[in-house]
Amino acid sequence: MHAGVIVFPGSNCDRDLAVAFEAAGAKVSMIWHKETELPAGLDIIGVPGGFSYGDYLRCGAIAAQSPVCREMVRFAGRGGHVLGICNGFQVLTETGLLPGALMRNAGLKFVCRTVELRVETASSPFTRGYDEGQVVRFPVAHHDGNYTAQAAELERLEGEGRVAFRYLDNPNGSANDIAGIFSENRRVLGLMPHPERAIDPLQGGTDGQAMFAALAEVLEPA
Amino acid sequence: MQEPQITDELIAAHGLTPDEYQRILEIIGREPTFTELGIFSAMWNEHCSYKSSKKWLRTLPTEGPQVICGPGENAGVVDIGDGQAVVFKMESHNHPSYIEPYQGAATGVGGILRDVFTMGARPIAAMNALSFGEPSHPKTRRLVNGVVEGIGGYGNCFGVPTVGGEVRFHAAYNGNCLVNAFAAGLADADRIFYSAASGVGMPVVYLGARTGRDGVGGATMASAEFDDSIEEKRPTVQVGDPFTEKRLMEACLELMKTGAVISIQDMGAAGLTCSAVEMGDKGGLGIRLNLEAVPVREENMSAYEMMLSESQERMLMVLDPGKEEEARAVFEKWDLDFAVVGETIAEDRFLVMHNNRVEADLPLSKLSSEAPEYDRPWVESPAPAPLGELPAIGPVEALKALISSPNYASRHWVWEQYDSQVMGDTVRTPGLGAGIVRVHGTDKLLAFTSDVTPRYVKANPREGGRQAVAEAFRNLCAVGARPLAATDNLNFGNPEKPEIMGQLVGAIEGIGEACRALDMPIVSGNVSLYNETDGEAILPTPTIGAVGLIANAGQMIGGLAREGHLALMLGESAGHLGQSALLAEAWGREEGDAPPVDLEAERRHGEFIRANHELIRACTDISDGGLALAAFEMAEAAGIGVTLDSEDIPALFGEDQARYLIACNFDQAEALMVAAGRAGLTLATVGRFGGESVAFGTASAPLAELAEIYRTSFAAAVT
Repeated sequence: MHAGVIVFPGSNCDRDLAVAFEAAGAKVSMIWHKETELPAGLDIIGVPGGFSYGDYLRCGAIAAQSPVCREMVRFAGRGGHVLGICNGFQVLTETGLLPGALMRNAGLKFVCRTVELRVETASSPFTRGYDEGQVVRFPVAHHDGNYTAQAAELERLEGEGRVAFRYLDNPNGSANDIAGIFSENRRVLGLMPHPERAIDPLQGGTDGQAMFAALAEVLEPA
Repeated sequence: MQEPQITDELIAAHGLTPDEYQRILEIIGREPTFTELGIFSAMWNEHCSYKSSKKWLRTLPTEGPQVICGPGENAGVVDIGDGQAVVFKMESHNHPSYIEPYQGAATGVGGILRDVFTMGARPIAAMNALSFGEPSHPKTRRLVNGVVEGIGGYGNCFGVPTVGGEVRFHAAYNGNCLVNAFAAGLADADRIFYSAASGVGMPVVYLGARTGRDGVGGATMASAEFDDSIEEKRPTVQVGDPFTEKRLMEACLELMKTGAVISIQDMGAAGLTCSAVEMGDKGGLGIRLNLEAVPVREENMSAYEMMLSESQERMLMVLDPGKEEEARAVFEKWDLDFAVVGETIAEDRFLVMHNNRVEADLPLSKLSSEAPEYDRPWVESPAPAPLGELPAIGPVEALKALISSPNYASRHWVWEQYDSQVMGDTVRTPGLGAGIVRVHGTDKLLAFTSDVTPRYVKANPREGGRQAVAEAFRNLCAVGARPLAATDNLNFGNPEKPEIMGQLVGAIEGIGEACRALDMPIVSGNVSLYNETDGEAILPTPTIGAVGLIANAGQMIGGLAREGHLALMLGESAGHLGQSALLAEAWGREEGDAPPVDLEAERRHGEFIRANHELIRACTDISDGGLALAAFEMAEAAGIGVTLDSEDIPALFGEDQARYLIACNFDQAEALMVAAGRAGLTLATVGRFGGESVAFGTASAPLAELAEIYRTSFAAAVT
C-alpha cells in the first residue's frame, strides 16, 4: 500500500497518521499542501488532524480550496481511497467529498477523551477488520465535531448504510450519534475520532490497528 | 510624532525609581530619549532583570553530569542519553491572564513553546499550573473558563500534548491568578541553539508575525501591583496566533538543519529590545537596528512602540550570510514574513535607527551588566499559629469534604479541554500523577510533574520550598522515573515588603536544599513578583516543574489497582495535620506548621520504589489529603472500592512526607516486605482494594456515590 499524507501548514497529526500507515506496512509519502501533482502510484490519501490553515474561519474551509485538495478530489473521483480524520473529516465535508458539516461541539468546549464507538458496518475497506456492532475505543480531540446534515441527507446516509461509526456516549452533539461516514462508493471515510491514536498498547489501546491493517490488505497488490 | 518630555511622572510611569533614573544618567551622561527610556524600562523591570531575586537565585544548584545547559538561556537542557536532550522551562503569565484570561493564558503557552523551540527542540509535552481565587469570588469563573480555554486554544492548535499540571483555588488569589506554563522539547544534544551572536557585520533577521502595538509595556505592567485601574491595562496584553507559531516552529527547526542559524532569540517580554540586547550581550557584540525594515501591521508606529511591542510569534536571529538563499526558501515555504532588520557591530553599542534618525544609542553591555540588583531587606516569616483543637469528624465525612471541593475533586473538566494525545506518544494522560510521553522512535519515556503546596510555603517558606521539590521527586519516582532536573517558577508578592522578601528567601533556600539532596538541579526558571492587589499578596507559590527519565516501558509503573490487591504504605506516619487539606476544606482553618521534610528519607524511599518497580502494580505519592485521599483516587481511577484498616483521622488525613501508596498482589507484597526489611524502611499493609465501597475501618460509603461527588464538584464550582 502506498499512502500519501497531506501536510497543511497547521496539520499536527500528520506524523501520527504516517506512523499508523507505516505500522501496517505501508510506504508513506508526505504531500505538501502547495503540491499540484500527487505522487505516482498512490493507493490512498490520508487527510490528518490539526488546524490546516489555522481554522480561524470555518474548520477546513480554506484547506478545501488548496491546490492539493483539488488533486485529492480528482483522485477520489477516479475511485481512489481517502481517509480523513478529525480536521481531515472537516476538510472532506468542505470539499464536498462527504455530505454534511461539522459544527461547534454542543458543549461549546474542546473535548479530548477516549470514547466508545460502535462499528456500524463491516462492509467497507476501512472497517472490514471489525465485526458489525463491535465496540471500539478511539480518542477524540476536537472543538468542532458536531456532525450535522439536512434531514434528507441523514436519511439517505442511514438508508444506504453509510454511517461507519456511532458514538455510544455522544461527546459533541452529533446528529444520530454519527462519528464517521462513508462516501457513496465507500472508498472515502471521514471520522472525528482518531484511530491513529490507538495503534500501540502504550497509547492505551490498539483498536485502531484493524483499520490500517484492513486497508493494507485491500490496497496491497497481490 | 511629538515625543513626550522626560519628566518625573514619565519616569515613574516606566516603573523606574529616581535612583534607577540617576543610574541611567550616569551610564549615558545625558538625558535619555523617549525610546531610550523605554528600553531601560524594559531591560530593568523586575520581569526581565530579576533585580530582586538574582542574589538568591545564584544560591540554587544548577549543575550536574546530566545538565547540558543551566539557567540563563531560553530553557534548560538535560541529557537523556543516546545523544538526545530534553529542553524545558516553566514561565508565568500571571498578570496578563488576570487582565484578559483567554489571550493572557494563550500567549503564556505560546511564549514557553517559543522558548523551547528557540533552542532547537521540538516541543513534546506541556503542563500548566493554575491558581485562582475562591470559586465564589465574582471574577473566578470567568478567569477559570477563559484561562483553560486559552491554554487549550493555543496548545491544541500548535499541536503539543498537555500531559499534566495543577489547579488550585484560594482567596489569596482573588486579585491575582497564577498561570504557570511549562513546556518540554526534544533535541539532539549536539544541536542546541543559543542566543549569543558571533561575527561582526552579520545580518540580524526578523522572522514571524508582524509587529503591532499589542503588549507595549507588558513586561513593565507585569512588574507592578494591581489596583483599581486594572481595566486600563488591557491593551498591554498580547494576542496569540498559534497557527503562526506552529509555522514559525517548523520554519526555525528546518532552518536550523541548514546550518544557517548562528544565534537565535525569541521575542518575548519586551520584544525586540530584550532579544536584540540579549544576542549582542551574550556574544560580546553591538547591534544596529534599522526599524524601517521591521514588518509592521499598523501604520505610523514609532520607534518606541516597535522596541517595546510584545506582539507574539516573532523571532530574531543572526544568520550566516552565505546561506541566505536556503533561509529565504524556508521562510517562503512556510509563508512567514522576514526581514533583515540590522547587523552585528564591533563596538559595544545598541544603535536603533528609524528613517535615518537615531532613536537610541546606548552602551549595549551596560543595559544588562549595569542593571540594578537589590539586596532587599527581608524578615523571617513568623511562626504559624499553633494547631488548635479539632472538632470530631468521621473519615467518610472528612473525605467528602475534600472531594466535594474543587481543590481536590477530579479535574477532568480542565484537562479534557486540552489535547493530551497529539503526536501519538502520550503514555499517561493527566489525572493520574505524572504525565508520561514516549521519546518518539525510541523505548525511552519522559515523565513530567508540577508541584507546590502554597499553604505550606506560607506557614514555613523553607520547609514549603523543600516540600515542593520533594513532592515533584515523589511523583516522578511513583511512575518509575529517575528524576533528572527541575525548573522553578517563583510566584510571590511585592519584594519591597520585607515579609514577602522573607518568603522568597526562605523558599529558595528550601528549594536549593532539596534539589541538592535529591540531585535535581534547577536548569531554568522564572520569577514573578508583585502578585498583589491593593496590598494583598498571593500565597507564596514556588511552582516546581520536574522531568524524569524511564529507560523503557518495562521500568514504568503505570498500572491500575485491581480487585484483591493489597494497599501498602511506604514511609512513616506521624499524623501531621498542620496546614493540611482537611483543615482547610473541612473547617476553613490554616494552622500549624508545614509537615517536615526528611530529604534523606525521600531519597531512599524514591530509590526503593524505582528499584522494585516490577513488584508494584500501581503507585502514587501521598501528599495533601493524606493516605485517605490517595487511596480513594487510586480506587476511583480503577473503578473499584478500597478498604483502609484505620479510621483514625490523623492517620488517614495527616500529610507526613516521604510516603507512597502501593497496590500489588499478595506475593508481590511479601517480596516488597522482605526488600523493605532489608533496606530498613517502613512498609506496612494498610488495607486492600476491591468491592464497591470505600471503607475506613467500620465507616464506609459506596464508591459510586463518592465518585459522583468527585467527578462533578469541579464543574459545579466553575460553570
